[in-house]
Amino acid sequence: MNSEELRRLKRRKMLNSIMHVIFLACTLFGVVVLAILMLDILRKGIPWLSLDFLKNFPSRFPRKSGIYPALLGSLWVILLTALIAFPVGVGTAIYLEEYAEDNKFTEFIKLNIANLAGVPSIIYGMLGLAVFVRLFSMGRTILAAAFTMAILILPIIIISSQEAIKSVPSSLKQASYALGTTKWQTVTGVILPYALPGILTGSILAVSRALGEAAPLIVVGALAYVSFIPKGPLDQFTVLPIQIFNWAGMPKKEFQDIAAAGIIVLLVILLGVNSVAIILRNKYQIRMKD
Amino acid sequence: MEAILSVRNLNFYYGDNRALKDINMDIYKNNVTAFIGPSGCGKSTFLRTLNRMNDFIENVKVEGSIIYEGKDIYSKEMEPVELRRRIGMVFQKPNPFPKTIYENIVYGLRKNGVNKKEILDEVVEKTLKAVALYDEVKDKIYKSALELSGGQQQRLCIARAIAMQPDVVLMDEPTSALDPISTMKIEELVLELKKDYTIIIVTHSMQQAARISDYTAFFLNGEVIEYDETSKIFSNPRDKRTEDYITGRFG
Repeated sequence: MNSEELRRLKRRKMLNSIMHVIFLACTLFGVVVLAILMLDILRKGIPWLSLDFLKNFPSRFPRKSGIYPALLGSLWVILLTALIAFPVGVGTAIYLEEYAEDNKFTEFIKLNIANLAGVPSIIYGMLGLAVFVRLFSMGRTILAAAFTMAILILPIIIISSQEAIKSVPSSLKQASYALGTTKWQTVTGVILPYALPGILTGSILAVSRALGEAAPLIVVGALAYVSFIPKGPLDQFTVLPIQIFNWAGMPKKEFQDIAAAGIIVLLVILLGVNSVAIILRNKYQIRMKD
Repeated sequence: MEAILSVRNLNFYYGDNRALKDINMDIYKNNVTAFIGPSGCGKSTFLRTLNRMNDFIENVKVEGSIIYEGKDIYSKEMEPVELRRRIGMVFQKPNPFPKTIYENIVYGLRKNGVNKKEILDEVVEKTLKAVALYDEVKDKIYKSALELSGGQQQRLCIARAIAMQPDVVLMDEPTSALDPISTMKIEELVLELKKDYTIIIVTHSMQQAARISDYTAFFLNGEVIEYDETSKIFSNPRDKRTEDYITGRFG
């Protein structure tokens, strides 16, 4: 190797090292920002976390303030959202993947579902206000909120369910049909059992997205201040993100810290929901491995 | 000899591509019929027209008729779901369901409304014995079928097919993914099963066709070049192309 080649090699290796550092910095950027954010929230919020904080109503006195109605509101909305969105979404995915003919119309629907997944959530809020609150006269209730949220997460559930259904090996479907089964029997006998972990993972992640949404529910009419506990789908309500947003906008400094405490509660619920999704996936992946 | 399936002037199209050309053939009951020929000659496509598995492919067209029990299987009188119960199928790659051995065998019966435990238990034992798998798996019939070896899985798939008590069992290159020992076991099994079932087998291996079949059809470019008793096809072929293929000059 002459000196010219040696010089070039050195430069190539140098460039490689520089890129290595740059990419590491990119990765750290996200991690560090997130860590600072988390530390800040934990530092501010933890002193305010207590059983009373979970059990109290919001109040103008920081000491007495709690998150109870928002917590229950969030649970109500999310439960109903899942009950509405899951069957409709999975049903749509089964139709599109197994029943629908491969024609222009089906193609058009699939394309539009993918587009709907990218529509900003506030638009769904407007839709919810116009359709569910006004047109169907549901009022500013948990039910209207759940329907709005269901529409919001429906495209995500449909798409992830479609992917899960597509991953079912065609050899298994053929084996089922060759035994004289109908399409529906093959769906329940082979396709759903095989695709269910994927469907559940996607759906749970979609629901956890809905849990963190505030914008569409502000439009639909979640309350800023709630002094009662929602008892049914037709009650008025507020949810955790909106409660946090309200506290963050209050002039008293203590409320900023209470907002942080609220964020911690929301994060714990989100992490809980997501880890259920991960556990489900891991559990069934092992069983389905071949 | 009694024909169980009579194929008359069958044409099959993938879009505009005519994949099967004017096929006429009688398949005889309780015999093993082998389809041989080079890749892409239409033998698998033809096999799948016999239980209408091609229905699941879009943009295909069938002309002509296949008579089974006095009815054209492509007429409105024939329900494809019922047809597939009577004409079972075993695939190229073993494809057991990711379920227990037991549930694999009773899958078809359950879907056809048989749920009595005594009946299902009996069928499982009987079919596992019929495919010579019983002694190997009797202690683990409630374990996943995916734990079995490839050859065992394929015998399980045969058990799953005959659990439905079909008249005909279609086999689409059932040993091409298996080792020689497993292949030998499947071949022995085919000879055993022909007492109770009519078997139609697509194979890449001429030796296999010669070993196990009573009748052989040689396919080339979507046509049946020659169809006769296996011994005649291999000892005294009438067509030059058949002779060239079985002597290994092409294919």
